[in-house]
Amino acid sequence: MTEVPPGARPLPTTRTTPLDPPPELLERQRECPVDRLRYPDGSEGWLITGYDQVRAALADLRFSSRKELLRSPVQPQEPSAAKPGFFVYTDPPEHTKYRRLLTGLFTLRRMNQLAERVKEIADDALDAMERTGPPVDLVPAYALPLPSLVICELLGVPYEDREVFQHNSTVIQDINTPIEQAYAALEEMQNFLAGLVERRRAEPSDDMLGGLAAHEELTVEEVTNVCFLLLAAGHETTANMLSLGTYALLTNPDQLALLRSGGTTIEAAVEELMRYLTVNHYGPIRAVVDDFEFEGCPMKAGETVTLSAFAANRDPKHFADPDRLDFVRGGRGQLSFGHGIHQCIGQQLARIEMRIGFQALLDRFPNLHLAVPQEDVSMRDSMLIYGVASMPVAW
Amino acid sequence: MRVDVDRDRCCGAGMCALEAPEVFDQDETDGLVVVLLTEPPDTLDDVVRSAAEQCPSGAVRLRE
Ligand code: HEM
Ligand code: SF4
Repeated sequence: MTEVPPGARPLPTTRTTPLDPPPELLERQRECPVDRLRYPDGSEGWLITGYDQVRAALADLRFSSRKELLRSPVQPQEPSAAKPGFFVYTDPPEHTKYRRLLTGLFTLRRMNQLAERVKEIADDALDAMERTGPPVDLVPAYALPLPSLVICELLGVPYEDREVFQHNSTVIQDINTPIEQAYAALEEMQNFLAGLVERRRAEPSDDMLGGLAAHEELTVEEVTNVCFLLLAAGHETTANMLSLGTYALLTNPDQLALLRSGGTTIEAAVEELMRYLTVNHYGPIRAVVDDFEFEGCPMKAGETVTLSAFAANRDPKHFADPDRLDFVRGGRGQLSFGHGIHQCIGQQLARIEMRIGFQALLDRFPNLHLAVPQEDVSMRDSMLIYGVASMPVAW
Repeated sequence: MRVDVDRDRCCGAGMCALEAPEVFDQDETDGLVVVLLTEPPDTLDDVVRSAAEQCPSGAVRLRE
């Protein structure tokens, strides 16, 4: 077993270009794909940056997802326990119990059946943009409402309640919302979801909310939290992919032209945008429960391990010329949805939302462009999910 | 090539059905993998290998 090298350094977070990883992160990948990391609370753990190593670690069940064991690589927080039902923070067998409740509801076939509704939702938002006229901020006009309404559709939130749902989820996810207001919206949303679940307990229905509420072995709180997890995991991520992806398209005119001319497929473009942007730019994060050796390195009980999917997606050992956005290559094998048993359960839905979302936007506005200079679009890199705060576009 | 799946390992991510819809499907109720063709024709070798490679939980196994 090798010795722990001294002098662990913190996670590099300083970017020099808006869409590329911090150069120091890639340097550390070149030096040592499984490296020591200093966490903001002063403890030491690991940083994994190589593609093969991140993929192997995500598939390795010796790494735990239990929230009470996880330290943040960027915020000096005490680890805290997850709410019951937040199964992304659990290990098997608990994880399996919750995940199996959802797998039947998220099959590729079921998600494909939602495509028509996704298109209608996108078209409605585009109609509204046209009525307003350019310039329009794409974030509140398109990127945020699309995934929020799709989750309403998926869960079966009644039409008359959608405004409350959409308002609160947008306030929560909008990175410009002041923190107190975000907390208030969060609480309102939780109460609102709990109310819906209780109603479904009394009057069964065959939508996803009804299906989950019918599991008598789960408490109302657990079902509410599962629904809340779907919203939390599926809204900001997809919204930021839509806005940041549009930014990437508009600032890479050769790739945009290729896509518009049919020189590549929307499927390949979306996979490559997922790889290139890696909106979950700090994780996934895992913990070591019992000592073991990983790739020749001693993992010690209690340590936190940061798996940088962002670095892995730019690993030249796996993707040739990784810093180039290249729709012809496509991003197959990208790790932005994770890997292993926690791999995103909403990924087939997210793919549909992105394919339809980008295609509908480009089809509607053949002359879509940024309404401000490229440098004026500010990135929010303090957020766990990377994205733009606002992005005025015109056509 | 022969295709084997381990439904206990499957986490229902649907990558197999996305990569090789001729060979893999997901059960209507539990969302777990269902094999449509246990001995797919050679013409599908590439997509079947890719499906096994993309499966996040190691539930798809191939015997050449
Ligand atoms: C482009 C958009 C999305 C991205 C980038 C994304 C990314 C991810 C990643 C990286 C994980 C794995 C976390 C880990 O291993 O610790 C994950 C898990 C998850 N995602 Fe997504 N996601 C997206 C969209 C969605 C959508 C639309 C939904 C649901 C409607 C969703 C629901 C979930 C859930 C429930 C989990 C936890 C799965 C588990 O722990 O077994 N995601 N997602
Ligand atoms: S890809 Fe693997 S985990 Fe996903 S459905 Fe197929 S067999 Fe199951």
